Amino acid sequence: MPSSSFVFFTILGSGIATWLSRIMPFVILKKFKLSAGVIEFLSFVPIAIMSALWFENLFIQHLGHLPSLNVPNLIASLPTILSAIISKSLLVTVVVGVISLAFLRLVLGM
Amino acid sequence: MDNELTVSSAAKETLPTVFGYIGIGLAYGIVGKASGISPLMITLMSLITYGGASQFIIVSMLVSHSPMVSIILSAFLVNSRMILMSTTLAPYFQKESLLKNIILGGLVTDESFALGMNKLNYTNRRLNFAWFNTVNWFAYTAWALASLVGALLGNFISNPEKYGLDFALVSMFIGLLYLQLISDKSIKFKLQLLVVGFVLVATFVGIIFIPANLLTLVVTLLACAFGVVMKHAFF
Repeated sequence: MPSSSFVFFTILGSGIATWLSRIMPFVILKKFKLSAGVIEFLSFVPIAIMSALWFENLFIQHLGHLPSLNVPNLIASLPTILSAIISKSLLVTVVVGVISLAFLRLVLGM
Repeated sequence: MDNELTVSSAAKETLPTVFGYIGIGLAYGIVGKASGISPLMITLMSLITYGGASQFIIVSMLVSHSPMVSIILSAFLVNSRMILMSTTLAPYFQKESLLKNIILGGLVTDESFALGMNKLNYTNRRLNFAWFNTVNWFAYTAWALASLVGALLGNFISNPEKYGLDFALVSMFIGLLYLQLISDKSIKFKLQLLVVGFVLVATFVGIIFIPANLLTLVVTLLACAFGVVMKHAFF
């Protein structure tokens, strides 16, 4: 492990880069208005980003080759989706998801 | 979800995501400790860098003695999707002061963004500072505390994956996606499903040659463009 000052400045640098990504659009859009076309484009961001963050976890990357399936995550997704549909509650969905994967790992040894 | 934009409705609505933050925050703290990072630095990273996936990446790159510049660049790339989320959110806060915009923007996360987008469907497409700021601070506090507790627990638990904690984040994305699909009436349901289907295909194809830290951003941009084209062609 590198020295604590190295760790600290890495944290600080990453923090500033991330903070700028977060605030710059707010600062810039205080002055400018987005065109209708851009707003339409952005209206797809929520579903696109949420499904991308989910689907990425269903595959294991092998750069330059076809990905393999992340079988435990894929199987655990099924009860998680079902619980979302039945309960419409985020809390229930998260709890069912964690229990499903824990079950696969601890009981079935996947 | 209700139509009130108050501190108390925000507290109520953000509670389920807090559970997810605790799961992942604990896992991050435990992994960090197991990698030899001090509880102080683990907590500082949660407070300063504040970005779920990117923190795991920073830890693994610190362990492999990567140069500082490449760690920071990777963190920036993974978090660059924030630019897209902040751009989507900002127009709803244009009337608030610049300082309030910076305070709100500085703490946006995947989950507070998704909650905000969901909330719009119940409030005639309106958001305000009190509601969003509350959601952000709940998330920020839960994340930092869970990281610290995880780091302290790290001495006793070496393998957090065994307990399924890492799936808290994925299940949160599944839940948030589903809630968005059923409540967002501004885009036709069939079109939404089509975009989700596109994301699946694009992820599968993209993962072959796009580095992991850029994948989310590229796939999201492509899916938005696909959505716009489909909307004009068929809907």
